[in-house]
Amino acid sequence: MTPLVELKNISLSFGGVRAVDNVSLDLYPGEVVGLLGHNGAGKSTLIKILAGAYQMDEGEIWIEGKKVNIQSPRDARRHNIETIYQTLALADNLDAPSNLFLGRELTTRFGLVDDAKMEAETRKIMARLNPNFKKISEPVSALSGGQRQSVAIARAVYFNAKILIMDEPTAALGVHESKMVADLIKELKAQGLGIFLISHDTREMLDLCDRVSVMKNGTLIGTEKVGDVTEDDILSMIIMGKARDAA
Amino acid sequence: MTDTSTPGTDSHRSPTASKRSFLTQLEIDTRLLGMIGAFVLVCLVFNVLTDGRFLTPRNIFNLTIQTVSVAIMATGMVFVIVTRHIDLSVGAMLATCSAAMAITQTDILPKMLGLGLGHPLIPWISILAGLIVGTVIGAFQGWLVGYLTIPAFIVTLGGLLIWRNVAWYMTDGQTIGPLDETFRNFGGINGTLGETWSWVVGVIAVVLALWALSASRRNKIGHGFPVKPVWAEAIVGLIITVGILGFVAILNAYEVPTARLIREFKADGEAMPEGYTAAYGIPYSVLLLIAIAIGMTVIAKRTRLGRYIFATGGNPDAAELSGINTRMLTVKIFALMGALVALSAVVASARLTNHSNDIGTLDELRVIAAAVIGGTALAGGIGTIHGAILGALIMQSLQSGMAMVGVDAPLQNIVVGAVLVLAVWIDIVYRRRTGGK
Repeated sequence: MTPLVELKNISLSFGGVRAVDNVSLDLYPGEVVGLLGHNGAGKSTLIKILAGAYQMDEGEIWIEGKKVNIQSPRDARRHNIETIYQTLALADNLDAPSNLFLGRELTTRFGLVDDAKMEAETRKIMARLNPNFKKISEPVSALSGGQRQSVAIARAVYFNAKILIMDEPTAALGVHESKMVADLIKELKAQGLGIFLISHDTREMLDLCDRVSVMKNGTLIGTEKVGDVTEDDILSMIIMGKARDAA
Repeated sequence: MTDTSTPGTDSHRSPTASKRSFLTQLEIDTRLLGMIGAFVLVCLVFNVLTDGRFLTPRNIFNLTIQTVSVAIMATGMVFVIVTRHIDLSVGAMLATCSAAMAITQTDILPKMLGLGLGHPLIPWISILAGLIVGTVIGAFQGWLVGYLTIPAFIVTLGGLLIWRNVAWYMTDGQTIGPLDETFRNFGGINGTLGETWSWVVGVIAVVLALWALSASRRNKIGHGFPVKPVWAEAIVGLIITVGILGFVAILNAYEVPTARLIREFKADGEAMPEGYTAAYGIPYSVLLLIAIAIGMTVIAKRTRLGRYIFATGGNPDAAELSGINTRMLTVKIFALMGALVALSAVVASARLTNHSNDIGTLDELRVIAAAVIGGTALAGGIGTIHGAILGALIMQSLQSGMAMVGVDAPLQNIVVGAVLVLAVWIDIVYRRRTGGK
């Protein structure tokens, strides 16, 4: 089977710091690959290269067996890559529909934005993702952390992503809402999406992911199937920065 | 933020609660209501202080035409401030645009191209030239801000010095005039619709407004969204109708002085019939402002450009990550500002009937003040077009009201400055009370 995504020998430096150093990763349809590591290990930077927010210095990105050139978030979206950022990337002063469709507004035949239609679509998808979501036409600054997360997730799901990047999707959430996100990840995975998941919660990662990759100081320590490793193995990879074979 | 109602306080809370729900049902912005209230208060106080001279058709007519130039620019300044930028160069750009248009119509077209003074194409080519100059200057400043990432404050502070003196250099500091007769029609009192056409425009405006109201209601029902009760819709429609027709009636009540009528008849070689009267009606400059206000509101609320402007103001990173080209957006916003400055220059120079070297001096501050008093937040993301126009109107009312009362010039400016600071403080308190946006 062709991988959905292949990242080949990706490197990116900021000034003198090699934030990502010769990292290769792949992702198959219906698979969740977790990225683990300390703060500053390079997980978010790597993921932002795939999302188009950063441009890599060296390396190649292949999508479904074809080499692609991702220069901007717009390019990434064209390849059906959707990203849920740690900082949520919502415009606080706009309502949920405006945020959901930001950059991809539905328009009437006169080319004007069709707020009514976007609101209707938002109501539809929210009824599925988070039935408690009622504040459709208020600025998202008035929403709780979980509701804001629903908006960010809805944005990724609505546009039929094939590749989903989730950067700390449960960091700001309570127990109940985290469970909702976990269920959603399983559902999307069953639909055949490939998901890159970043989290600090090792246990959660072992529960949700098929494979986990550990990064340290910009380099990839190793990638393991979750069935083959214990939580302790993973922790030692994160802390010691040693691949399991060498341990 | 909705108050959590505690038992026991309910008894004295209920009247305010019902008043609030009355306003909610009308879906009228309480902030806008407060501004209109402040405006009405200013008008009433000056009317008392001037023994009823403030609210005469003549003074209202004058107030309206004096507000147009600043109000046109204020609508553009809303977009600039919403995206967390500032434009300090609008007054100086106005001078450059005005100089360019004055030279085009008095020198370049008649002498170099031989069109002859009074040729019917002259005003329109001049306005086009002004628009090009304004848009190019604006786009250039936007490029410096967006692509070279120089702070807008610095770019436009430099622009303030540069364009003011480019205008001086172009004209050698001379006053250029008289401007073309058709061109002068945009100045206010020299170009009005007259009584009949004013009523026609007023009625068309009412029909369009009511149609828009019902179309929006039908659209909401079509998508199964909640709509306001019919009585609330009717009240809103009634307010709009009375507002538009009342405004037309006031402008139509200002009659052309008899001496001027006699002069005009004499110019046509006729004698004035006995008892003949004529009213000014709506000035063309006000029509221009209304058209711009509608256009800018549509851009703000119903186009992608407007959506991106507000999104970028609310969270620039989010806008960027959503695939919005925020650099190009900055160029567009400043170019639009430049085009509006050019239109404002048409009105300002036409009102003076010539281009003078100091035209537009300190306009940048009036424009920024109008936008800010009108509720545009300097932190970005928040602002409305109608608010900015109302802000310009409040500023102008204060200024000319104080002049009528006979307040000394330095005191006038002290009051205007204090009002600006006060208005922003009230706005901060208001936002904090209503849920802190």
